[in-house]
Amino acid sequence: MSSRSLTLLVTLLLLLASFVIVQAQPKTELLVSAAISMKNAFEEIGRVYEATNRDVKVSFNFGASGDLARQVESGAPVDVFVSASITEMEDLDRKGLILGETRVNFASNRLVLVVPAGSGLKVTSFVDLQKLEVKKIAMGNPKTVPAGRYAEEVLRHYGVMDSLRERLVFAENVRQVLDYVARGEVDAGMVYSTDAMTRPKEVSVVATAPEGSHKPILYPIAVIKGTKWESAARGLVSLVVSPEGRKILERHGFESIQGK
Amino acid sequence: MDGDSVLFSLRLSFQVALGATALVVLVGTPLAYLLAICQFRGKDLLDILLTLPLVLPPTVTGYYLIVLFGRKGIIGAIVYQLTGFSIMFTWYAAVLASFVVALPLTIKASRAAIESVDKNLINASYTSGHGALETAVRVILPLARRGIIAGAVLSFARALGEFGATLMVAGNIPGRTDTMPIAIYTKVSSGDWSKAHLMVIIFTVLSGLVLYSSNKLSRRIF
Repeated sequence: MSSRSLTLLVTLLLLLASFVIVQAQPKTELLVSAAISMKNAFEEIGRVYEATNRDVKVSFNFGASGDLARQVESGAPVDVFVSASITEMEDLDRKGLILGETRVNFASNRLVLVVPAGSGLKVTSFVDLQKLEVKKIAMGNPKTVPAGRYAEEVLRHYGVMDSLRERLVFAENVRQVLDYVARGEVDAGMVYSTDAMTRPKEVSVVATAPEGSHKPILYPIAVIKGTKWESAARGLVSLVVSPEGRKILERHGFESIQGK
Repeated sequence: MDGDSVLFSLRLSFQVALGATALVVLVGTPLAYLLAICQFRGKDLLDILLTLPLVLPPTVTGYYLIVLFGRKGIIGAIVYQLTGFSIMFTWYAAVLASFVVALPLTIKASRAAIESVDKNLINASYTSGHGALETAVRVILPLARRGIIAGAVLSFARALGEFGATLMVAGNIPGRTDTMPIAIYTKVSSGDWSKAHLMVIIFTVLSGLVLYSSNKLSRRIF
């Protein structure tokens, strides 16, 4: 190789190296795995956190709490975990995967029955689901979706679970249930009241599950053990339970709660 | 009870794959013949359209299927108006999804086989006074049968393993639309590894057997 091309090559390599080194300044990158029903609220909380902590980037991984918990168990590099029920958090806690003292319940929700907007079906209660015109009912897969478990509890509470079994369509997460109803693929579905709020023109809420018809819907949050960014993670949890965080949650339809 | 669900998923997967493959051969063979023998305007476009499901990710295919056959879809809405029937969340949707993704395989293999049939033999048939249809059925297709069968086996294998598009249009309904790939996905998602182990082993062995026996058959009979 001539000395001129060698010089060119070395210059290019140095330029490349300088880019890489500049990018490699460790900016704090938090990965938050949160129940998908928290999508809109947490995206906003994330933006607020980034605005007040300029060197932190918050990324979200939304999905069914069961799927997210399995990912954490399998070693996914998650820093903060939020589930839509105590079960998944309990599971991770028992397996020693979270920082126990950071665990706190911060919000609750209501389960509602929705139908596609403009649907002609006369469904005004969970019991009405038994009507012959209701051919398909969507709910979360109880194995992995907390909303599906709550829905099953409600159906059992009204004694209609067995008669409706043939008409149930399981979705992979609660937002997919919402989508099935919004698209009119099913005649009715069970989602959180906060989910129904996100697509008000496409779905109509016809009933709300009364207290006592299902286990209380509680959202716990916790920092994952082994996180590289512990102080930033704890900071995010603090924001969630702070008055500012609670205001954001309430604006998205959640009931904020105090305490463990 | 869960042993039943494993058997159901197994049976459903084979049922769907067989149904899809039958449709693929029925629809794909004439199409392959058309592409191999005939010249017409838009031939290249047709070829691309039919090959797309092979290249596109199954989720894109699933998306198009929803747009076409969903309850509010272009075709689905009409069908629903006329019959009150929607294919979504039924095992027929699984057959449809498998059909669409497996079709390109049969068409490619069959077309290549038909194109490689000795032109002299085809001409001889025409010269003897046989029409296009009779030539196709009695000369061309029999001579191309190895490739057509190979295409069908490939299609069956593809149909058996279809997951993405199937999940999007047939959904995951235990006991009704959960084919083996979907059932395994659910078991793994919910941490039920022992059930997943069982299903994976059964499915792998059975699929291997299908391939083995189809290879043997094609060598022996043909």
